[in-house]
Amino acid sequence: MSEQAQTGAEATEAKPTEDPKAVEAPAAPVDTKKIQQILAANNGARMRSWLNICAHCGLCAESCFFYLAHDKDPKLSPAYKVKVTTGELYKRKGKVDRAWLEEAHEVIWGQCTMCRRCSMFCPFGIDIATMIGVSRAVCNSQGVLPEGLARAKQNIIESGNQMAVSEEDWTETCDWMAEEYAEEIAGLEIPIDKKGVKYMYTVNPREPAFYPQDLGQMAQILHVAEESWTVPRQGWDGTNLAMFAGDAAVAAIPVRNMYQAAIDLEAEQILMTECGHAYRSGAFEGPYWLGLPGGRPPVPVKHAVQLFWEYIVRDGRIKIDPAKMITEPATLQDPCNVSRNGGLWQMMRDLARALCTDFRDMDPNCEYNHCCGGGGGFIPMGAEFKARRMQSGRIKAEQIKATGAKIMISPCHNCFDQLNDLNKEYELGIKVLSFKEIITECMIIPEKFIVSDNGD
Amino acid sequence: MDALHEFLSGPALYVTLVIFFGGLIIRAAFLLGLSRGKDQVFYDHFSWSWALRSVLAWLLPWGSRSLRTQPLMAIVFFLFHLCLLATPIFLSAHNILWEGWAGWSLPTLPGIVADVMTLVVLGGVVFLFIRRLVRPEVRLISTLGDYLLLLLTAAPFATGILAQYQIGGPYDLMMVLHILSAEVLLIIIPFSKLGHLILFFFTRAFIGVDMGARRNCQGRLGAKVW
Ligand code: HEM
Ligand code: SF4
Ligand code: SF4
Repeated sequence: MSEQAQTGAEATEAKPTEDPKAVEAPAAPVDTKKIQQILAANNGARMRSWLNICAHCGLCAESCFFYLAHDKDPKLSPAYKVKVTTGELYKRKGKVDRAWLEEAHEVIWGQCTMCRRCSMFCPFGIDIATMIGVSRAVCNSQGVLPEGLARAKQNIIESGNQMAVSEEDWTETCDWMAEEYAEEIAGLEIPIDKKGVKYMYTVNPREPAFYPQDLGQMAQILHVAEESWTVPRQGWDGTNLAMFAGDAAVAAIPVRNMYQAAIDLEAEQILMTECGHAYRSGAFEGPYWLGLPGGRPPVPVKHAVQLFWEYIVRDGRIKIDPAKMITEPATLQDPCNVSRNGGLWQMMRDLARALCTDFRDMDPNCEYNHCCGGGGGFIPMGAEFKARRMQSGRIKAEQIKATGAKIMISPCHNCFDQLNDLNKEYELGIKVLSFKEIITECMIIPEKFIVSDNGD
Repeated sequence: MDALHEFLSGPALYVTLVIFFGGLIIRAAFLLGLSRGKDQVFYDHFSWSWALRSVLAWLLPWGSRSLRTQPLMAIVFFLFHLCLLATPIFLSAHNILWEGWAGWSLPTLPGIVADVMTLVVLGGVVFLFIRRLVRPEVRLISTLGDYLLLLLTAAPFATGILAQYQIGGPYDLMMVLHILSAEVLLIIIPFSKLGHLILFFFTRAFIGVDMGARRNCQGRLGAKVW
């Protein structure tokens, strides 16, 4: 374990722009200067106002699922969590010791998924998640962060993607999936580094690493829609766990690679797999880490849900076979970074209704949804956080139960894992599916794409 | 007592008003200046519509989902703020003073209405104070300052109405306490959490823009943060 942290430190040290003391092994003294730099960099008009005007009214408490899931433990209210972390940091002018950082670590990673629901319920719209993010940056700068995120950061630095999938493995997976699915859809291919396409498709590394069929399903949909698309050889990882580690310097790496690949390939748009935080990173946060003017990505970023909505609901480019629609009761998870922070809740519902005959919404839903409990880096934070993840997920489990649904649609990889875990923990009896999987099951394959048996 | 009264309602009042308005203006100007460098995200995605809707929804008692879930708090909170703001401005006794200094005055409240509004403010303070004590999630984050500020907020209203009906002490003494507490409150406002009287508009506008306007393009929807 400490091996991992050590190599992480070396990898960062090798980068000339990084403060060498920044990511040392846990025993190292606290670098107060570095902390003060981070605090100063974030001490803008918003931060000053937020810190100053919080009325301590407690209206945010009920909005947070951690608070609700732990029988309204007042220590889990958003205002309290910020008060004892970022509030304290500014009050003490960054002069904190390692024990303090360890305690803060517990709060900022173990008790907040940065879902931003609380900001909607605060009279002043205080952006709790952004404030928690500053504490994450401070802890990260002192090497105090969950091991899973430290490992992902190291992978990004070494390989450009969070799971250290090699370029060979990536392209081989693409070729393998293309071959596999060409047996089902005639002429299917997964073009690599094709220039001048409409969409450059980026994925979550767990697809090539563990769920290659996810990539194959996307290829089927794009092929049936006769889309112009490609995957890049480099810059195909849309995800960004360094964002949740609070490390802007490392978070910039995959985004830069991705934007650059799209520019080099002259792609019109970047298309993203069904992943929530990848969307937040690529479409919204990325431009700020890279200092792009206007705060907008150089190439528009589109989430898979948007594309599917255009294909199925808006344009009818993909037709759904009514006989194959899902008839079991189905509900939909609003991933925080696709719904509230991504603006796609209506499209998801239109899609769900187009694919399922018995669609049932959760309550609350859409932009007001509760986080599943797996966001903010929780899933990759690994086993040590699992018990907490199951406890705080109780709210989501109860929401699901109340719908009576048997099918659970989740357009986000993190929600997907969390919902599967909740399913076991709370015996929900649901089956978790992505939109891709449902669409490939019930879309009509036009004649010309049907593989003839005698041809084989 | 007379000399003190003279001083408090003369030079001290001028100084207070300068600090109050000056403090608020300078503070807002400083933060706006600072935001140009460090809060670029606000300007990158700014939209009047999203900013104003986010502010307006929170000026109405049931304009926000948050307050709708707590109806009692919503109504007390709204009436408290309304009376807090309107009573001193439209009180006839204050307007007689304006008239004397400036030669003009605002429409004034009938005495009985002003009395009721004053009691609403005091009732609101009692409610908020008790709420702070009995709700664990509010109590935990409350500081000594929160309680003191509430008491200080109540002070000018309590002393004002006591003076008017000459209860609880001599009129002169109550008047001095009334002016004194009002001046202390006005001086503290720009430098405390009560600065929200102006900063509220900026922070609410920001979250409306960030979660609304910033997402509300390319076929996406913006989240209504109210
Ligand atoms: C415009 C002039 C305003 C003035 C003069 C003002 C003044 C005050 C005062 C004196 C208090 C009580 C102090 C305390 O709680 O310790 C207070 C509390 C509060 N105000 Fe305002 N306020 C104003 C506007 C607003 C607005 C527009 C909002 C947002 C909707 C707001 C939200 C709050 C909240 C949340 C509290 C805390 C209540 C509590 O104690 O639980 N205020 N305000
Ligand atoms: S961002 Fe989400 S998890 Fe964090 S305090 Fe707010 S509501 Fe709770
Ligand atoms: S709702 Fe806003 S102002 Fe009230 S305690 Fe929570 S963060 Fe502070």
